[in-house]
Amino acid sequence: MELLTPGTGLLFWQVVVFAALFFLLSKMAWKPILSSLKERETSIQTALDSAEKAKAEMASLKSDNEKLLKQAREERDHILRDAREAANRIHDQAQADAKKNGDRIIQDAKAVINIEKQAALRDVRTQVAQFSLEIAEKLIKKNLANDTAQKELVNSFIKELKLN
Amino acid sequence: MQTYLKKPFSLVKSAFLTLVVYLCLGAILSSYAQEEHVSDTTRHEEGHSKKVKISAVIIEHVMDNHVWHFFDGHYGTLHLPVIVYSTERGLDIFSSGHFFDEHHQEITYDGYKLEHNKIHRGDKEVLDFSITKNVMMLFINAGLLLIVMTSVAKAYKRNTGKAPRGLQSIMEPVVLFVKDEIVKPNIGPKYEKYLPYLLTLFFFILFGNLLGLLPGSGNLTGNIAVTSTLALFTFLITNFSGNKNYWRHILWTPGVPLPLRFIILPVEIIGIFTKPFSLMIRLFAAITAGHIVLLSLLGLTFIFRSWFVGFGSSIFVLFISMIELLVAGIQAYVFTLFSSLYIGMAVEEHGHDH
Repeated sequence: MELLTPGTGLLFWQVVVFAALFFLLSKMAWKPILSSLKERETSIQTALDSAEKAKAEMASLKSDNEKLLKQAREERDHILRDAREAANRIHDQAQADAKKNGDRIIQDAKAVINIEKQAALRDVRTQVAQFSLEIAEKLIKKNLANDTAQKELVNSFIKELKLN
Repeated sequence: MQTYLKKPFSLVKSAFLTLVVYLCLGAILSSYAQEEHVSDTTRHEEGHSKKVKISAVIIEHVMDNHVWHFFDGHYGTLHLPVIVYSTERGLDIFSSGHFFDEHHQEITYDGYKLEHNKIHRGDKEVLDFSITKNVMMLFINAGLLLIVMTSVAKAYKRNTGKAPRGLQSIMEPVVLFVKDEIVKPNIGPKYEKYLPYLLTLFFFILFGNLLGLLPGSGNLTGNIAVTSTLALFTFLITNFSGNKNYWRHILWTPGVPLPLRFIILPVEIIGIFTKPFSLMIRLFAAITAGHIVLLSLLGLTFIFRSWFVGFGSSIFVLFISMIELLVAGIQAYVFTLFSSLYIGMAVEEHGHDH
């Protein structure tokens, strides 16, 4: 059948044109197209890779930051604790000193008071004795002004003596 | 990667949709053109058996021709150049218009006679290198491919590092599809060497198939000369790039008992030739059959001479045209797929014998 027998002319032209088309397209079309596609593929891949790397770097940076922060926080706590301890110590010390001072002052005061008291008491005693003597003198002077009173006194003395 | 792949596919889809719309219009237009032509032939040869005439018209449409007939009338026919070679006359170049007189009757010119698309001189057939309708189609196809692909390549240079635009964004997913879905998985690590050939093959067949569906165009990729040449190229590339394993597999299939080898050897040797042969027949049959179906459906109108049949068959033609669009893509895909499969089998490195 005619449909199935290839025509020599078309066969010839097809070989020539297809071969030419292949060489021309390879040089002028496929080479630039495929190379730019490859270029794009690699650029996308490198972009993705660098993004991944940046992400990892960010994560490590973040963990570093956190570590630093944690360290700083610990240091702060440490310093605060130290300061508080120091303050407490100083406070206690001051309190103890103050107490000691106070005690000493009180003791000194007590001693002074005692001495003063003794002195005052001694004073009071001598004065009381003086006053008693004076009172007794005045009484005696007054009571022994008449005879009966003297007699009575002598009598009372005698009575007392008798009893003894 | 998954999302990267999805986008080109939607682009392929949109490109195909555009083509579908475009070729629907084409199918309608072509049906008009062909109706006119067929009715003209029927009028001319009234009284003969109509069925025979319709089939003759159909065969004429799918075959190659020395003239390119667009429509009836004085300017409707393009007389293509005839280039013939014979030992006694040497090379002769003249217009095929010389084969016809004013009444469109075939006449002898300078001792050459055109009969059934073959040029004779006396009793002998001469070597015919004429620029026939299909050779014209071949030039148009190749020219279009060159224009489209070089402009796409230029776009890549112009838009370096930018997103593809325009024609470039239509072609890029197709190129990527051929590269990543057809060639790479079938040939393996050495695929880059064969990629230019397979891309040329794919786009040549795709463009040829689609151009063949246009009204008034020739049936380029449904011609056995074209498909046999393409198959021959694949055959040559396959066997010239065949490595040691490939030939050992054919000549001394490993792991087969000795008596069986005498049966397997001829089978394997025949297999070398049946592979490209199947490529040749598949493309030829698929495209030619599609054209015959379309023309037969249109021919129904003129057999029945009825408006209703005309309306019905036009709807069918529209439907079949859509399928033909699909077939155009599928056949380009299948030819490229099998070509890369055969090349892949030839260059495959066997890690183990089986």
